[in-house]
Amino acid sequence: MAETYALLAAIAQQLGVIFFMTVFAVVVAYALWPKNRDKFDAAAQMPLRED
Amino acid sequence: MSLWKKHAIFEKNSILLSLGVIVVISIGGLVEIAPLFYLRSTIEQVKGVRPYTPLELAGRHIYIREGCYNCHSQMVRPLRDEVERYGHYSLAAESMFDKPFQWGSKRTGPDLARVGGKYSDEWQLQHLVNPRALVPQSIMPGYPYLAKTELDTADIAGHLKANRLGGVPYSDEMIANAGADLKAQLNPDDAGAAGLEKRYPKVQIRDFDGNPQKITEADALIAYLQVLGTMVDFKGYDAKANYR
Amino acid sequence: MSTNATYRSMSANEVAWAIASAALAVFSLFVASKATDPGYAFHAYVFALAGIAGVIALGKRAAANVPAVAAQEINGKPNYNMGPVKFATLASLFWGVAGFLVGLIIALQLAYPALNFDLPWINFGRLRPLHTSAVIFAFGGNVLLATSLYVVQRTSRARLAGDVSPWFVVLGYNLFIVIAGTGYLLGITQSKEYAEPEWYADLWLTIVWVAYLFVFLATLWKRKEPHIYVANWFYLAFILTIAVLHLGNNAAVPVSIFSPKSYIVWSGVQDAMFQWWYGHNAVGFFLTAGFLGIMYYFIPKRVDRPVYSYRLSIIHFWALIFLYIWAGPHHLHYTALPDWAQTLGMTFSVMLWMPSWGGMINGLMTLSGAWDKLRTDPVLRMMVVSVAFYGMSTFEGPMMSIKAVNSLSHYTDWTIGHVHSGALGWVGFVSFGAIYCLVPWLWNKKGLYSDRLVNWHFWIATLGIVVYISAMWVAGIMQGLMWRAYTALGFLEYSFIETVEAMHPFYVIRALGGAMFVVGSLIMAYNIVMTIRSGEAAEPLDAAKPALVPAE
Repeated sequence: MAETYALLAAIAQQLGVIFFMTVFAVVVAYALWPKNRDKFDAAAQMPLRED
Repeated sequence: MSLWKKHAIFEKNSILLSLGVIVVISIGGLVEIAPLFYLRSTIEQVKGVRPYTPLELAGRHIYIREGCYNCHSQMVRPLRDEVERYGHYSLAAESMFDKPFQWGSKRTGPDLARVGGKYSDEWQLQHLVNPRALVPQSIMPGYPYLAKTELDTADIAGHLKANRLGGVPYSDEMIANAGADLKAQLNPDDAGAAGLEKRYPKVQIRDFDGNPQKITEADALIAYLQVLGTMVDFKGYDAKANYR
Repeated sequence: MSTNATYRSMSANEVAWAIASAALAVFSLFVASKATDPGYAFHAYVFALAGIAGVIALGKRAAANVPAVAAQEINGKPNYNMGPVKFATLASLFWGVAGFLVGLIIALQLAYPALNFDLPWINFGRLRPLHTSAVIFAFGGNVLLATSLYVVQRTSRARLAGDVSPWFVVLGYNLFIVIAGTGYLLGITQSKEYAEPEWYADLWLTIVWVAYLFVFLATLWKRKEPHIYVANWFYLAFILTIAVLHLGNNAAVPVSIFSPKSYIVWSGVQDAMFQWWYGHNAVGFFLTAGFLGIMYYFIPKRVDRPVYSYRLSIIHFWALIFLYIWAGPHHLHYTALPDWAQTLGMTFSVMLWMPSWGGMINGLMTLSGAWDKLRTDPVLRMMVVSVAFYGMSTFEGPMMSIKAVNSLSHYTDWTIGHVHSGALGWVGFVSFGAIYCLVPWLWNKKGLYSDRLVNWHFWIATLGIVVYISAMWVAGIMQGLMWRAYTALGFLEYSFIETVEAMHPFYVIRALGGAMFVVGSLIMAYNIVMTIRSGEAAEPLDAAKPALVPAE
């Protein structure tokens, strides 16, 4: 019991941060990837087009 | 490159977007909550904490029904002023049978985690009926109807059973005697008083609202208030061993 | 219903809905006959009435020859389904005014306790959950329903999925509100803050919410656009996360199906963690993510420019939802929750400051090059100020989550002040802005009945908020300092009741600020009603517009 608790607490304290940094890096790379620029520019116009 | 093309499905595919959201939000919740289920490590080993008696449980229901938790916390923090004002800081073990917990989030009124035994039953009753009769500056609502309203005891065994399904260790004997135990707690001369005391050690047995003719909501609520924070035996408590 | 030639017969879909409604009515009547509590019996009768009303409405729909399956397009344009959106918009207006008013009443009860009248149904303890639920779930919830169902249609260029189900979502949700609100007054509550409704109301909400998720997703599946616009990401995260939170936090064992009372599955410290994991994410996903969806659609629309940075909005989205979910334990600093969980909650709360301000910058900078519109458009001004309030409370929040600050602020009215700078300033104003935008669009009017009244609303409400939150700051910090004040001899300087007494003037000032906010909302209600009843119609929809081809 105590070991399981210690293990889970360690995951919470260390791996959580590493995981977060990784996800964040992936998201930033995705958002700033040059190839995606046109797509995002088009998406930003979506609310303004009327039908 | 193709990887990035694939990544674009996130905003083209609503199911994947949904899964992404669920994965991301699950992690925080799981990591923070799951360890707390290893009870023995999260909750201290203390002596004295027992499930609520049927009368106290009924009183707790009144406390919840009237929304007392909106203004009164039940959680003394380990800060100097709080410990001096309210008593020993609260332990996790003290609320281990609380469904739901009543720690509260606001102190419009004082903390009640250790209010048990601080005031007499008579004071509690008068204070519930008209708070400003005893404390002129108080802004608490008055609850004169509690002392007049008969307590609904019809389904009390059902309440114990529902608690047991959620893990509170009510025994078959406690459930079978729930109705009798509720009445016995209000009368030390009751034939069932001895059995009640055996099932719920150190239970306080007396007529709480000073009106033996009727079992009122005030009886139950005062019984609940008088037990708050009184269960743990702090003489045998080792704070260092329980730090987490 | 009838096979008479002048009426169409009910479709299989409608028959299924009618059977479900009838089953609900019969089951509710059975429960009502054996209910152990009069309040619960009353609720069972309300459910029964709703079931019967459902059957009648479905029959009338067929009798009135409303097409069982509406056309997806008319003249090559999407045939948007705005009926449920209109209903939710008006419902939000009604619940908003009602919820603000109850807030004013409880503020006055704290200043003048005689206003509790020693009665059960209207004492502070029962009215306070009524206020919080009315403003968050009734007002805020209906604003989110209205705007999400509007935005998902417009940005997908597709009609709302389903014919009966969108109506089930808005009507079912409002039925939940009625059950929850009347329950508090009757003393039916499970005492979990912002999740007070008992097990049967929770079950009903679960059904409604799943239907909401499916209507939203199925509309996205029908979309004509290649991309899902970012506002919809926020709405989707809001719908999904609220579902997960609701199920986790409300897991309970009812005493019996004939009793309104239930006991939560979790106990003590675990329940506390579940509660504030839910509670803080109700703020994060209900009051933030959902309303950010509003910001990302309505502000660009109103200034007629795309959002400042679409890329920033993507980073904003993922960072926000990732960080928010961890922040709950900052509600439990110095409690019996293990220390590591508190530290984790604090760390993530402080980090949350960054994506929050990223979002604020994105919203504000959308106006770059069009700042002059702030002078002429009071509706836009309202939305921009809301984003500024968002920035302010998302700075204050992380600060208050630092343990040292929290040891002073927790349990005091500082928290109440913080909540209201977010709730009145951010959620309130962005909602008002969205309603002011939506009503002329939905009812096909040229504009609002009166822009001057919007201006009045804006200034009175802004002043009210400032009065409210400053009173609560001063009161809260004073209260926290008085609790921990010591005399030179080392004794506690103040008894608790002395700190209560010291709060009185601030409670009066706060009520005054709240009253101003209520007056503002009444002005809005009048303006909206007059717009719908007498506003000048915009050019008829079907008349061929001059061929304005977008320049892109």
